Parts: sequence; structure tokens; C-alpha cells
Amino acid sequence: MSSNGLVIEAENMVKRFGRFVANDNLTFSVSKGEIFGFLGANGAGKTTAIRILCGLSRPTSGKIRVAGYDVYTETEKIKRRIGYMSQRFSLYEDLTVIENFRFFGGIYGLKRAVIMERAQNMLSRLGIKHFENTVISELPLGIRQKLAFSVSILHTPELVFLDEPTGGVDPITRRQFWEMIHEAAASGITVFVTTHYMDEAEYCNRVSIMVDGKIEALDTPEKLKTKYQAQNMNEVFLKLARKTN
Amino acid sequence: MRTIFYIVQKEFIQVFRNRMMVLIIFLMPVIQLLILSFAVTYEIKEIRLYITDNDNSVSSRSLLRQFKSSPFYRITGEGNNAAEGMENIRKGKVHQMICILPGFEENLVNGAPARVQVINDAINGSAAALMNAYTVSIIGNYNAGIIAETAPEAQPAVKINWLYWFNPELDYKTYMIPGILVLLVTIIGMFLAGMNVVREKEIGTIEQINVTPIKKYQFIAGKLIPFWIIALFDLAAGLLMARLFFDIPILGNIPLIFLVASVYLIVVMGLGLFISTITNTQQQSMFMAWFFLVIFILMSGLFTPVESMPQWAKNINVINPIAYFIRMIRMIMLKGSDFPDIVNPLIYLTFYGITILSLAVWRYRKTT
Amino acid sequence: MVILFGMPLVQVLLFGFAITNEIRDAKVSVVDPTPDAVTHALRNKLFASGFFIESEILNSQEEIAENFRKGESKMVVIFENNFSGKMERGEHPTVQLIADASDPNTASMLVNYANGIISEFNREQRAASGIPLIIAEPRMIYNPALKGVYMFVPGIITILLMLVSAMMTSISIAREKELGTMEVLLVSPLRPFNIIAGKVIPYVLLSFINAISILLLSYYVFGVPVKGSVLLLLAESILFIILALSLGIFISTIANNQQTAMMLSMFAMMLPTILLSGFIFPIENMPEVLQWLSLAMPPRWFIQIIKSIMLKGSGISYFWKETLILTFMAMIFIVASIRKFKIRLA
Repeated sequence: MSSNGLVIEAENMVKRFGRFVANDNLTFSVSKGEIFGFLGANGAGKTTAIRILCGLSRPTSGKIRVAGYDVYTETEKIKRRIGYMSQRFSLYEDLTVIENFRFFGGIYGLKRAVIMERAQNMLSRLGIKHFENTVISELPLGIRQKLAFSVSILHTPELVFLDEPTGGVDPITRRQFWEMIHEAAASGITVFVTTHYMDEAEYCNRVSIMVDGKIEALDTPEKLKTKYQAQNMNEVFLKLARKTN
Repeated sequence: MRTIFYIVQKEFIQVFRNRMMVLIIFLMPVIQLLILSFAVTYEIKEIRLYITDNDNSVSSRSLLRQFKSSPFYRITGEGNNAAEGMENIRKGKVHQMICILPGFEENLVNGAPARVQVINDAINGSAAALMNAYTVSIIGNYNAGIIAETAPEAQPAVKINWLYWFNPELDYKTYMIPGILVLLVTIIGMFLAGMNVVREKEIGTIEQINVTPIKKYQFIAGKLIPFWIIALFDLAAGLLMARLFFDIPILGNIPLIFLVASVYLIVVMGLGLFISTITNTQQQSMFMAWFFLVIFILMSGLFTPVESMPQWAKNINVINPIAYFIRMIRMIMLKGSDFPDIVNPLIYLTFYGITILSLAVWRYRKTT
Repeated sequence: MVILFGMPLVQVLLFGFAITNEIRDAKVSVVDPTPDAVTHALRNKLFASGFFIESEILNSQEEIAENFRKGESKMVVIFENNFSGKMERGEHPTVQLIADASDPNTASMLVNYANGIISEFNREQRAASGIPLIIAEPRMIYNPALKGVYMFVPGIITILLMLVSAMMTSISIAREKELGTMEVLLVSPLRPFNIIAGKVIPYVLLSFINAISILLLSYYVFGVPVKGSVLLLLAESILFIILALSLGIFISTIANNQQTAMMLSMFAMMLPTILLSGFIFPIENMPEVLQWLSLAMPPRWFIQIIKSIMLKGSGISYFWKETLILTFMAMIFIVASIRKFKIRLA
């Protein structure tokens, strides 16, 4: 944790794939305990940015620190302090719920007893204790997503990245999912989340909107709505997207 | 250490949860060993012979009786028209034709060489050479009989006798079973390890692992150990079968066999893992693994003797782990070779294994 | 892609040159306690033959065992004491051959060759006495030089067609199942037949090109003849490709992921293709049960067909039965896969 209370500091972050610029000079910061919404259309460069911040991909240039560590040289230290839920579903479908918890907890170096205690806790809070020994592939998508999120914060990271966690999930489950996010934030975990659903943006403390690899706007939902004279975030987004086209 | 344990545990659960995979890993090799051991033989059970006798004399019939009474030959046709025999060979009904020309007996009586044509279907060169050798040796024996009758004093100047050590009955199974064992263990090891990492890439779960603080070597080790154990288990089952069903002698030290196998498996699985770190789909990785495997198998001396290969082919075999392993396992099982006899190739394999594993660890990228 | 085309060629080249059953330069050690003119003459004769090269001079029985265990030679030639002296006295001294029969095939060939060479020596020693002899005149037809390539080219073509067509299709369809993209295709207005055809055609082309390049290579580099009709050969290859593809599709309908599909193809197809088809080991030598089993192996029939066309120059009248069997097998697999497919959809 850096001294200034910022969990992510990105300054002129650039990622190029050949000639294509996926992230064009992104500058932003996220402070501790915040729910930071990272919005943008498909292909705007959200996933690329997340992958850089998680240490899965190397940036082309820019000064970036996550959890107080440098993304060029200290990725392994970063990895110990973050959680990640990728866009592609990434629990093992042929393992049971509890086996997934045990495996991921295990490679984070948690003690067996700790894993079991936390897993039981999370499952009972989700009300799905009876699925403990069910193989993931037999569970509905909504439950899988909640489990994937639980697994990603099992090791109590400082910061968790959620890449479109609610894609394809029904409205009720989405609501429950956001309750989980708020609970996590309340317990001190910073949440960095991307989404397509603009109503979800309203739940965030601050949002940034990316268009074609650039951050076009960054502020609290309230201020953005005032600035762009919009009823809701959806309008804000449409106005921004049209402006560039 | 604990991290590695968790990966190993996970891999085992995944393997055992897939019914089909369990069958393939544990039952298939056993069945294959049972079936294939009988299949791989050059021993000729029966030569299908066509006889053309254009002399039709006492002598020619007497010579041909040698073939008719031999259990190795089945006479599938007889006549005085060589063209018909050739037609039979062409149809694949007959392996060999013996053709006695007119004047056979006359020559023999006059002390002139009497010629007999032996025509072999030589598409399978090695089988043809063997069949031909049988036939020629029967004629040779028949000759010796004539000599003993007509000129008993003309004994050969030098006597020859021979012994076949380690396998006096020349049982081909004894030779091939260790080879087939090697083959089965290799396929299991290389493919299971090789496909595994790519599979996680393809499904996407590898990302989830890459964001954890896991060390590269821990990941590779965790992937290696489960399949290493499975392959060694298969080897043990195979050895047991070889002993019980085929009565294959295991002259050497069994722990030594496992030591050699453990080192060898690290090499092949390391190769598999290395391939899977440089490919993106299981299909690619399978194709590459298959490519090397077929070359390695066919050049390893499993089916054909390494000695007869040209020098450059022997040079290629320097990087062929299967060649080392087959040689060592045959030496230990069939000849009772001991540690000092195989220490050189073993050291080499160890070195090879370390190199290839380091390469795999180095090539495995958590960050792209 | 490079691998797909390059691989078959590399393999044919490697195997064509490297794989042979002929014996050349086998290492042979010698025990000759009292070297003299006769033993030298015999040794020279042996080592001039090209079959053997001299490895070591040994002194005792124990050394022989040691030598074999280390794998330093394949055969040991032992001369009796005082060899030429005994010959002069009219005795018949003995040459003993001890072969390392842990490789029985090589061992018996080595003994045969050495035996032949020494017998030749005996014949020279004996004055021509007018003793009547029958001389065998062997002729090797279809492959006078007993080249291994003649065996391997048909075999390798078969294996590659099998690999590319059957394995690749089964895996690529299993892949779509695993990644869930198959469902997308299935709900599309395309008919299942079109979906499968679309997936399969690239592999047909690929295998076909491979087969042709192997044929060209074996013809120009190794001089393997194509005595029969090239057109017929290609037609039969297409038939076999279709058979292999239907087998691949069938496997993919039973396997639930790529790994299973691959292991199934590997164990259920590759090994039998190599070992039960007559590619390396003659089918007639196998126990009867296995001979029956080999009847069910598609490659067995195909190998027979290509050998007839390429090496014997036969026409369709010689293998219409085999052709019919292949057609029939293809039909079985196609029908079985369609039924499996329908069940899954229902």
C-alpha cells in the first residue's frame, strides 16, 4: 500500500499491438476502498488495461503502480495483493465448488483450515451451501459468477479486478452480485470493475468512460450526469460515444 | 512445496473424474500390451509355397518332399506352369515359388550343378529374406545329405557351432515387449503432460493461475508430477503383465528399471510441456508432439536395429530419448546389465531432462 | 501449417534412408587365444564382408558376458586353441559363434551371415570333387534390392492419411464441442451434413496433397515405382480418406473433449495402424485371433491395395474385394455417426 492511499496510479499508460493502439495515454488513479467503474464499448480497450494492471500483459510505456508496486518490475508482488475475475469464465468446470476453493486458496498459500472456514462462510452467505460438492458445470451461470467472485477474493486481496462480471446474468442475480461487491468494498477491498450495463455504473463511486482506447470522462456518476446534462448514465455514455464518431 | 501439492491434487481429481480418460490411461495400455505383443513378430509361422516341377523325376520329388513335410510350409498350389505360380504371387495368395527346371535329375547324376529357382514376393524385404533363408537352408541340408552319402570323407575343414545367449529360443516377444512398454509409457507421459497446459490456455483457466503469485517452476512441477506418477504406475502394471502372462525374464534389478524410467519420463514429459508452452491450441500441440514421437519411435531401434542405420541417422538419435531408454531397458531386463553398465546414457538422460525442463520453465510466460 | 505439409515429407525422407532391416556394420568381438594364419584369414573374410566390424579382442568367457551386458558387441566369434595346427593334423577345429539374442532377429541374421561366410571358406578348402550339388537360385521379385522403403512408403501414406483425416477431424470437432461453438453451429439453419462437410473438406484436401507429395518423393528420391494406374491409386486414396474421416467423426461423437478424442485416436487407431496392418510386421505371422482382429483394421486393406497397385502393377480385378470392404466400413461409420448425432440432438 502506498502512502498516499492510492491503490492504482497510472500515468500515460500506453499499449500497442503493432500499429493498433489499444490503450492511448491513460492517466487515472483509484484510491483505497473505492468502487471504480471502468466503462466502454466492446473493443474500447478495457480488458487490455485490466490485463496490464494484473500483470498479465506488459504495457508499452507509461508509469503504472498497483498496490504500491511497479508493474514492470514487481508483478509477482502485485499478484499477491490482487484478485482477478476474468471475462472468460475461469473456474474449473470439472471440479466441485469446494475443490475450486481449495485449489485457488492453496496456490495463494492459505492454510487449509482458513480456506475451509472462509469458503463455508461465503457459501452460507450466498445461500448455496448445498452445492458444496456439485461440479461447476452443473451449476447455473448466475451462481457460477458469484462463486468466481468469491474465489477471487478468497485470499482477501487489497484490490480486485472484475472484468464484466455480470455479462449474461439475469437482473435479480445482477442486483445480488452488486450487493456482494458493496460488501467487499465495505470490508476494505478496492473494486475495479468493467461493465456494459450503464445502470450498474450508478452503483460505482467513480466511473471512467473509455472510447477508442482513450479515457473520455472520469468522475462520480452524479457529476458526469450534470456535466453532460443527462438523466442517467446511459445518456452520458451515448453522448460521449456519438461525440467521437 | 504446498503450492505444488495443490496443483497435483487438482490434476488427479480432474483425471479421475473423466471416466473415459481413466479407462484410456489404465485399461488401454494393458490391452494394447496383451494384443500387440503377439502382433509384433517377424517369426514366420507358415510360408505359403507354390511348387512348379518341370522335371518330375525321382530326385525332384525327393527334394520337394522336404518342403512338403516341413511344418513351416504350406503348399498352396502345384503344377508345371510357372506363369500360374507368378499369378498366385501377384494376387498375394502365395509368398514363394520353387521352380525346378527340366534336366534337374540329369545334371545331378552327371555331377553338374542342378539349379532350383526360388522366387520370393519381396515387397516386405525382411520377411522375404527370412523366407528365402529357410528355403535355402533346407536345400543346403539336403545337399549335406547327398554329400554324406556319396563322399563321406569330405567333411568340412572347419566346424561351426553357435549359441544364442539371453534368448536361446529366439523368442521375438522377449525382445519386443520391453519396447512396447516403452512405447505405451511414452505416449501416456508425453501426451498427457503436453496437452494439459495447452488445454488450460484454451479454456482460459490459465489466466486465473497467472494472476496468482505462483512461481513458474511450481506450476511446471505441479503439472509434471501427476502424470509422472501415472506413467510409472502404468509401467509397473506392464512389467507385472510381462512377467505373469508372457514369462518375460527380468534379469536385472527392478528398482534400476524404475530409476531409469523416472529419469526418462522427465525428459519426455518435459518435451511435452515445452511443446505445450509454445503452442496455443491442443490441436497444434498434438500435431507437434505426434511429429516428434513418430520420428523418435521409428528411429529408436524399437522395430529395426539401430546398427543398420546410416551414420547421420545415428547422429540424430543422440537427441532421441526413446533410443536411450529402449537400449537401457532392454539391457537391464534381458541381459541383467547393472548400474555401471548403463551409467553413461543415464547421466546423459539426466542432463537432457534438466535442460528440457529448464527450457519449459523459461518458455512458460506468466506475462505476455 | 508448415508442419502439416513439411512433416510428412521429412518423415518419408528420414525413414526412407534410415529404416532398414539389413545388417550392416554390426559390432563383433573376437576371442582368438592362438592367432595364426588360418584364424587371420577367417577373420579377414568375416570383416571384409561389410556385415561386421571388429569391436574388441577378448580373452575369456567372463569378458564376453561383460561385453554383452555393456552392449559393446552383438556377436562374439571364438576360435579354438591352436587352430591351424589342428587343421594340419586333419582334425576339424571349431569356430563358435555366440550371438546376443536379446535382439533375436538380428542375432539369427548375424549367425546366418557368419555361417555362410565360414561355409564358403570350407568350400574353398575342399578340392573340387565332382560331388553333385543342388544350387538354389533365389530371385526377389517386386523389390529385388530388398529395400525397406518399398514397405514403408505404403505404410507411411496410410498412417498419414489416417492421422490427418481421422485424428484431426475428431479433434477439431471435439474442440468445437469443448469450447461450446458446436451448439452455435447446430442452431444455425445449416444442416448437420453441411456443418460436418465444411469442417472436413480442408482436411480431405490436405491429406490428398500430402499423399501426392509422398508419392512424388518416393518415386523421385527412392525410386519406388508406381507400376499400376496412378488414377486408380488416387481414387483408392480418396476412398480411404473418406473412410478415415468418417471414423474421425465417429470418434468425435463419443469423445467429450479434445484430450479424450486424441487419446482414443492414438490408442485405438495409431498403434493398430502401425502394428496390426501389416505395415511392419506380416499379418500371417500373428496368432489367429489377431489375424481376425486385423480384418477389422481399415489400414490393412488399404495397404494391401496400394502395394498391389504400386509395386505389383495390378488392376482393380485383383483387389475389388478389398475396395468393397473399405466402402462398406466407411458406410458403417457414417451411419453410426449420424445415428449418434441425431440422438444427441433429440
